[in-house]
Amino acid sequence: MVLVSRRPEWPEISFEERIGTTRFDVHERAHIVVDGSVCTDCSTRECIVACPANLFVPTADGGIVFNYEQCFECGTCYLVCNREGAITWTYPEGGHGVVFART
Amino acid sequence: MLLERGPFAGSKNMYGGVVYPRILDQFHPNWWEEVPIQRWITRRSTMVLTATQAMTVDFRTQAWGEPPYNGATAYRPDFDHWLAGKAEADGAVLVTSTTALGLLRDEAGRIAGVRTDRPDGDIHADVVIACDGVNSFLAKEADLFGPGQTEAGNYTVGVKETIALPKDVIDERFGVRDREGVDIEILGGTGGVNGGGFLYTNLDTLAVGVVLKLPALGAQPRRPEEIIADLKAHAAIAPLVEGGTIVEYSAHLIPEAGRSMMPRLTTDGMLVAGDAAAMCLAAGIWLEGVNFAMASGIYAGEAAADALRAGDTSAAGLAGYERRLGDTFVLRDHEKLRRAPGLVLSDRVQHHYPQMIANVVERVFRVENPRPKPGFRRIVREERKRAGIGLRDLARDAWAGIRSFG
Repeated sequence: MVLVSRRPEWPEISFEERIGTTRFDVHERAHIVVDGSVCTDCSTRECIVACPANLFVPTADGGIVFNYEQCFECGTCYLVCNREGAITWTYPEGGHGVVFART
Repeated sequence: MLLERGPFAGSKNMYGGVVYPRILDQFHPNWWEEVPIQRWITRRSTMVLTATQAMTVDFRTQAWGEPPYNGATAYRPDFDHWLAGKAEADGAVLVTSTTALGLLRDEAGRIAGVRTDRPDGDIHADVVIACDGVNSFLAKEADLFGPGQTEAGNYTVGVKETIALPKDVIDERFGVRDREGVDIEILGGTGGVNGGGFLYTNLDTLAVGVVLKLPALGAQPRRPEEIIADLKAHAAIAPLVEGGTIVEYSAHLIPEAGRSMMPRLTTDGMLVAGDAAAMCLAAGIWLEGVNFAMASGIYAGEAAADALRAGDTSAAGLAGYERRLGDTFVLRDHEKLRRAPGLVLSDRVQHHYPQMIANVVERVFRVENPRPKPGFRRIVREERKRAGIGLRDLARDAWAGIRSFG
C-alpha cells in the first residue's frame, strides 16, 4: 500500500546526507564481514532492503558488497540472512562505531 | 564494575521514545528534579491510519505534567549517561570504550568474568550481569538463549528520524506548553510491512519513525527510510512534521515476542537483564522497555549482592533475581501480556481492523441526506464483511484481547 496524499514541503535528502547526520567513529577493523561469494546464488537478498543503514549493495557480477563504516550495529542483517557463513557479525572495538546523541 | 562499549553510557542506545521512570522512586526520591528529560508526556494519542484516513483517540491529563509524573521523552544518550552517573555515585566503577568479547571460565568451567578488547583486558568477577543488549553475545555464549531469540520473526527494527523544529512551532502544532509533551502511537502507516509508527515531541526536535517486522521487511521492496517518508507524507502527519530538518538518523532492533522469547535468566555466575533478556513490552497500547531494563538491572544487582554476601554465586545462590522479577511488574506484566505481541502484529490487527474501524467511523459521521442514517449495527456488519473479517476471527481476537488486556 502506497499512501496517497500530497507530498509535503521539505527538501528530499539523499541517503548520504541522511546518514551523515549521525556520528560514526570508524575503526580501521571491519566489525562485520560479508562473504559476497556466498551471496551470488541467493535470490532473496533481504539484507539489501532491510539494512536501515543501506550498507549492502548488489554488484554487477551478482555478488554483494558491504561497507561497515556507517553501521548502526543493530543486527537486522544477520537475522534476515538465510545463508550460513555469509555474514560474520561482531561489535566494533570499544569506543568506536556509532555514537548516538539525540535519539 | 560497569562496562560500556561506547565512549559514554547511552552512546549506543536508541529507542522509540518514552521512558517511565517510576521504578526510580525508591532509589532516588525526587529523581524528576534532576533527570535529563525532554518533555513530560501529558497527551497520549493512539492513531489508526489507512492510506487516506486517520482515527485518533487522544487523551490529555495535566496530572502527568506534575510530580511524580508518568512518562517522558528523553534522549537515551542523556538519560543513560545520567543513570550511569548515579551508579558511579553509589560506588560503581564505570569503564567506557570497552567491549566485552566473551566469557571467562574457571577450571571447573564456571563463568568467572569477561574478556574485553583492552590490553590485558580480562576482568575476573564472581557474578557477570549480561546487559549487553538485544544481540547479547554473552547470553548466547553461556547457552542461555531460547529458540525464540534466534528467530527473525520475533524481532522488529525501529528506524527513526530526529527532526529539528523551533520549540514554539512544536508547542503550537501539538497544543502543548513549557515541558508538556505528546506521544503519538500509530497503527497502520507502515505500508505492507507489519509494525507501527510513532511520533514524539522533544523540546526542539520531533522523533518520527517506524517499527518494521523482520523478516517481512526484507521480502518487499520498500526500504525503511522510504516507509518513513510515506508516513511523513500522510495527510494526518505531514502538517506536524513539515519544515523540519533531520538532525539524526538511527535504528535499533526490538525483541517483540515478550515472555515467549526470553532466555534462561540465571546460570552459575551469571544473570541476564534488559534487552539481552528480551524484556521489551511490545503490547500495542503499552510500549515499554527502558523501565524493564532499569528494574531488571536493579534486581540483578541486588541478587548478586545477596549472593556475594552469602558466598554462593551459583544459580541457586542467585535465585533471588528471578524471585524479584516474578514478584514485580517485570515478569508479571510479561506473563499477563504474553499473547499480546502476536495479536498486535497479526495481519488482522495490522491491516483489516484499521480499515474496518476507519470505514465505520467515516460512515457514521457521513451525512447523506436525503438518505436517513443507517443503523450502527448495519454499518459495522457491512464494513466487517468488506474488510474480509470473519465473525469467528473477530470473536477469537476479541477473546485473545480480553485475556491479555483484561
